Amino acid sequence: MSLPAIRVSALTKRYGGLQALAGVDLEIRQGEFFGLLGPNGAGKTTLISALAGLVRPDGGRLEVMGHDVVADYRQARRALGVVPQELVFDPFFSVRELLRIQAGYFGLRADAWIDEILEGLGLTAKANVNMRALSGGMKRRVLVAQALVHRPPVIVLDEPTAGVDVELRQGLWQFVRKLNEAGHTIVLTTHYLEEAETLCGRIAMLKSGRVVALDTTANLLERFATHTLHTRLAQPQIGVALGGRADEDGWVDFAFDQFAEVEVLLARLREAGAGLQEMRLGEPDLERVFVEVMQRA
Amino acid sequence: MPELLPPPRESALTGFRTLLHKEVLRFWKVGFQTVLAPVLNAMLFLLIFSHVLDRHVTVYGEVSYGSFLVPGLVMMSLLQNAFANSSSSLIQSKITGNIIFMLLPPLSYREFYAAYVLASVLRGLLVGVGVLLVAWPLVDLPFVHPLWILVFALLGGAILGSLGVIAGIWADKFDQLAGFQNFLILPLTMLSGVFYSIHSLPALWQRISHANPFFYMIDGFRYGFFGHSDVSPWLSLAVVGVSFVLLTALTLALLARGYKLRT
Ligand SMILES: Nc1ncnc2c1ncn2[C@@H]1O[C@H](COP(=O)(O)OP(=O)(O)OP(=O)(O)O)[C@@H](O)[C@H]1O
Ligand SMILES: [Mg+2]
Repeated sequence: MSLPAIRVSALTKRYGGLQALAGVDLEIRQGEFFGLLGPNGAGKTTLISALAGLVRPDGGRLEVMGHDVVADYRQARRALGVVPQELVFDPFFSVRELLRIQAGYFGLRADAWIDEILEGLGLTAKANVNMRALSGGMKRRVLVAQALVHRPPVIVLDEPTAGVDVELRQGLWQFVRKLNEAGHTIVLTTHYLEEAETLCGRIAMLKSGRVVALDTTANLLERFATHTLHTRLAQPQIGVALGGRADEDGWVDFAFDQFAEVEVLLARLREAGAGLQEMRLGEPDLERVFVEVMQRA
Repeated sequence: MPELLPPPRESALTGFRTLLHKEVLRFWKVGFQTVLAPVLNAMLFLLIFSHVLDRHVTVYGEVSYGSFLVPGLVMMSLLQNAFANSSSSLIQSKITGNIIFMLLPPLSYREFYAAYVLASVLRGLLVGVGVLLVAWPLVDLPFVHPLWILVFALLGGAILGSLGVIAGIWADKFDQLAGFQNFLILPLTMLSGVFYSIHSLPALWQRISHANPFFYMIDGFRYGFFGHSDVSPWLSLAVVGVSFVLLTALTLALLARGYKLRT
């Protein structure tokens, strides 16, 4: 069995009276595309910062590729690339200068690799432009590039698509997917749950500093989410009386687990004279799972 | 496309050298403000004070006031700019948040310290040499003991570079840093005997001046030029050397704890 890419055990962190991390245990395998989800303030960034050595935990242990992030910080930091949530940059330098400097901090001269990253992130035309002159989305790409200069086997992206247009978002995911296919472990936090659903093989959900769900994306969808039958009825009140939920657009939604239930439901609607005018099926999605997990936790 | 190749070759010192290089680039790119402006400032002091006082005042018997003033001005500019370099760089990085790019890589806190302090020393020396070059045609400077000059310049720059690191990581806002500068660094340098020999002061002020470590930096530095000083250069060296060691130890201890950097 190979070493886990990330191992977090009994991690706690308190800010004054606030328990930001309340005992987190987590193991992420090499090569995974892992999603770290949770509402604002759940502790995602704190967990990532602890992993990167930016935050000192009160208790617990963290390892990256088997290297303790405190005792063996040099190896741990070499193995880790972090794209921070905040849009930070050094206004003194151009994109290429910045990437050279960043590689240098890791003791590397990586000009050919930097060209590849620039290309892959659509930054080639901006290579010699000063950071100050870049748009927000471009700055975000540079943050991704900076996290990759030392070719870390483990890459953590903290909300990389906040405030980013559709084109860049797709380009970014394509690039990150390729990194993942090449063997890099990817950890992603995002509030766009459909992104997490399509990209991540496994997901952990955090709430108030605790892991409240941890499973493969497929299992989570299956375990928690129900299908939905959306109906438009001539007599919506009849649908509601039969257990449906009216939404603000005039649709009545019925939740169900097994398709056999649909037959029964349609028969009852007909008997009651609800007058079915239109219907759609809603697949289970991560957003429903998320809402449900957060309510139960 | 990226593959999991072994990373390119690396050498142990490259991280430190890169941080030093970045810190030097940072002030060099705006050299107009960081080097030329302080040289101009010092020249204004020299022109005004030496014009007013040159004919009336001599120091150590035969040294004209203008000559006496120049080493003090050089050292004062060196010290203030060494402090300004590390402190302003760090607080800017903290406030804009880009300090994380130096905290994420495998740089040790000693490398971090050495790079910031060395860059400060370099800027201080550059400004000091600038002031010296411009003053050269205007006054007589004998350069009696060049080695003393160099030693005090290096130690003084390193002490203020260290103080700048402490101030830069302690301050959360620019006005806190300005407070540090205005209420500590500026008075200590101004009252250190840049503009006068402390022998011309009343006894009480002489004693107070002796408690100011900046006085020893300037007095020892001046000794290198004239072979005369208010106190023995060895005493100055001892005070300045001990200050340097203590301050370095304090700064390293703060950095090792991650004080205000790794929360
Ligand atoms: N430096 C700090 N000082 C005090 N409290 C902090 C600090 N950093 C984070 N917190 C608190 O810790 C909790 C967890 O914050 P964290 O940034 O980890 O959340 P998050 O899951 O990343 O949220 P978001 O989705 O908004 O990014 C929050 O309540 C936050 O206010
Ligand atoms: Mg966050």
